[in-house]
Amino acid sequence: MIDLRNVSKTFTLHNQSSAVIEVVNNVTLSVAAGECVALTGASGAGKSTLMRMIYGNYLTQAGQILIDGTDIVQAEPRDVIALRRETLGYVSQFLRVVPRVPTLDVVAEPLRAVGASASDAQALAEYLLAKLNIPQRLWSLSPTTFSGGEQQRVNIARGFAHPYPAMLLDEPTASLDAANREVVLSLIEEAKARGAAIIGIFHDEAARARVCDREIDVSQFTPGVAV
Amino acid sequence: MTPLLSVQGITKFYGQHIGCKDVGFDLYPGEVMGIVGESGSGKSTLLNCMAGHLTSDAGAVVFDTRTDGPRDTVTMSEPERRMLSRTDWAFVHQHARDGLRMGVSAGGNVGERLMAVGERHYGDIRAKATDWLGRVEIDATRVDDRPTTFSGGMQQRLQIARNLVTGPRLVFMDEPTGGLDVSVQARLLDLLRGLVRDMGLSAIIVTHDLAVVRLLADRLMVMKDGHVVEAGLTDQVLDDPQHAYSQLLVSSVLQV
Repeated sequence: MIDLRNVSKTFTLHNQSSAVIEVVNNVTLSVAAGECVALTGASGAGKSTLMRMIYGNYLTQAGQILIDGTDIVQAEPRDVIALRRETLGYVSQFLRVVPRVPTLDVVAEPLRAVGASASDAQALAEYLLAKLNIPQRLWSLSPTTFSGGEQQRVNIARGFAHPYPAMLLDEPTASLDAANREVVLSLIEEAKARGAAIIGIFHDEAARARVCDREIDVSQFTPGVAV
Repeated sequence: MTPLLSVQGITKFYGQHIGCKDVGFDLYPGEVMGIVGESGSGKSTLLNCMAGHLTSDAGAVVFDTRTDGPRDTVTMSEPERRMLSRTDWAFVHQHARDGLRMGVSAGGNVGERLMAVGERHYGDIRAKATDWLGRVEIDATRVDDRPTTFSGGMQQRLQIARNLVTGPRLVFMDEPTGGLDVSVQARLLDLLRGLVRDMGLSAIIVTHDLAVVRLLADRLMVMKDGHVVEAGLTDQVLDDPQHAYSQLLVSSVLQV
């Protein structure tokens, strides 16, 4: 489902004496449907960079990144947009929304984008928000004023609203209490059971051990660190 | 799929000075394209050339018309282009006063566009105008008031209602949220996003506000000195800018 072949990435900082930073080099990995793979490695090893390259918001200099057969590296912007709408979900660490939009609409939006009716999308959004223990009195408010943990749960609800066949999870359990962490882990297990291919970054080792089938140490791809 | 708009090699000189040079891109139905750059980078010149407000020195702007398929709007006759700008195209000006008739009531401003495409029944026109005022969150009791009595944010929303009432397929916007205070801006962004999704609109938005394009645009073009220096997916250009100027632009934004 997710297939990386000889992928490399450098940053060129034109305004800082044109420094060239090699981030990851020659990455080859693949994740099958129903499998969850954890990216590991020290801070700065390139875990998040690799994830953003797969999502397409970082440009890849060399190699192929195939998601369900589409090469993100070469694809036209509109193909990437379509892929993100239908196939590839991403739960980032931070929630980014239009101010003033109610939480319920934020969560329902990915479903509306794939053509679900307003009432169906709202029903599922309500179900997910309730499951993630967001109090009902907050549903009609914008999440911009929520606490960090609440924002993260809204982000997760939004990320799991549409059953994406491929998912990227950036520290989905980072700032959650035990009960909510349990809910998120069960959502990940459900996604695996329905056949989603998942790549995740988990600093929470117990969570990683529970949901991940394999671990890939990203430092092996970091230039100058690899042995 | 046929692009809704295909812009090819648009060039405009002001005497010796370059307005914009050799700009080209395809816009597909339902896509929102942002154009950013500092003042004088040629983004408004480009927008005005595409919308037919300025005559470009070279290039083609091919629009997929409802009746005849793709047509070059630059070489199209003036009446045809006017018809297009009353029906399938809309233009939202930075200053609402430029896009509104200030001496005519709010309802009249919206109704005028309907009459321009042939509607004649007063009751229908008024009902549609009132419906649209509601959609842009202007109270129905203000339908007979002139826009001079409206706040800046209300005028901008009225301008949007006037433009969208005829169900256009392509909207050109020149700094639609410029000069509005932040809470009104957020409201307008929310409104525009909803309209894009529900009506399947395509839009080209010129702005210098990177936060606005991040929330609204699927794709982004960065302009400098009349040239496009970088183009791509909005979050890719903003998160991983490749050109020196885009990097400067993105890194110059103050964090809130």
